[in-house]
Amino acid sequence: MTSDQRLGPRDWASHPAYIHPPYKSTVLRGPTKPLVPLKPALAELAAPVYGHDDLGPLDHDLTRNARRNGEPLGERIIVTGRVLDEGGRPVTNTLVEIWQANAAGRYVHKVDQHDAPLDANFLGAGRCLTDSEGRYRFMTIKPGAYPWGNHPNAWRPNHIHFSLFGQHFASRLVTQMYFPGDPLLALDPIFQGTPEQARERLISRFTLDVTEPDFALGYEFDIVLRGARETPMER
Amino acid sequence: MTLKQTPSQTVGPYFAYGLTGTQYGYALPSLFGPELARADTPGQRIRIIGQALDGEGRPINDALIEIAQPDSNGRWVATGDEVAATGFRGFGRMGTGTESDNRFEFRTVKPGAAAPGEAPFALVIVTMRGMLSHAFTRIYFDGEPANATDPVLAAVPAERRHTLIARRADDASGLAYRFDIRMQGPDETVFFDA
Repeated sequence: MTSDQRLGPRDWASHPAYIHPPYKSTVLRGPTKPLVPLKPALAELAAPVYGHDDLGPLDHDLTRNARRNGEPLGERIIVTGRVLDEGGRPVTNTLVEIWQANAAGRYVHKVDQHDAPLDANFLGAGRCLTDSEGRYRFMTIKPGAYPWGNHPNAWRPNHIHFSLFGQHFASRLVTQMYFPGDPLLALDPIFQGTPEQARERLISRFTLDVTEPDFALGYEFDIVLRGARETPMER
Repeated sequence: MTLKQTPSQTVGPYFAYGLTGTQYGYALPSLFGPELARADTPGQRIRIIGQALDGEGRPINDALIEIAQPDSNGRWVATGDEVAATGFRGFGRMGTGTESDNRFEFRTVKPGAAAPGEAPFALVIVTMRGMLSHAFTRIYFDGEPANATDPVLAAVPAERRHTLIARRADDASGLAYRFDIRMQGPDETVFFDA
């Protein structure tokens, strides 16, 4: 679980601050004291160990991995992209976990009480490993928007949650993928909590290159994780 | 070529069925759970128990806590074969939404020191609804002589060092350490820019 590589720093110009008052839950939950710098020992530690054997054959296909009596309802989509490090190198054989609302904007989670229907044939969770080019691919249903309690008439834009480790414990990333042209993005304090110059990186790209004729629309979403430094670090 | 990092976003309140299905009783089996070790894994069996507390001291019921640690000899697990041989996974994941007191409880073996001069520790990733970016901290163990000389602990302001030390809290089930994660307040846990 150790390697000789040293990770570059977390780029705080790319990530949201811990406290972002328009997103109310951050006010009592985000750390307030300065982070203590840590020498790169942590960066040397690799991600948790897992293998192909741990994944089920339908884990990547959310339109099939929870069927009971038919197909899930909604607009079938393909979500694919490459996981890269900052140097543009593919992050291969790495775990990508996703979860999302169904087409009606309802999560399977017991805590979600939004008055919209569950879909007996859709769980909304999946995972896969990237291939030798760092590519992942999911088949799923386009998630619906849903209301939340942050402020009056608050609605989350359509999104899919992503969780990745990459090759290092410290390259951990939990994020959300959004869809192009969504009018709710301008109103969403979670998306808007991201530094302005970095927000576009969270929006997937519609493309016919990935779209399957007569079957499913295609969206591309590349993910960039912290990478090894290009030059040796001074000790 | 230099690409920019993809921004972090919150894990939100509904991660349970995607990341911790087995723990919460959802259909997708978890890849990682609160057990880091098997019954036959070499080492001293311990539990690490704690709560994540918000700025008003209230337990948080939708935090995701992940820990990583070396084995009892201070070695980091590198391959699936090693995991199969010893049963030691080196990594655990637990949400705080299933226990009545919203605690996390990892069952593991006490880590050995990973390098000479270092005290034994476990790494922690903390994230939750209301955190737009995750936070890194470390668990050190009370009573370890090497805590006095550990270089990372030494770099932490002395008055905050106690927030990184798990206290012995044995009970009828055996050896346990208590490690609460305080997001804010006078005893705010030390988080690292790692």
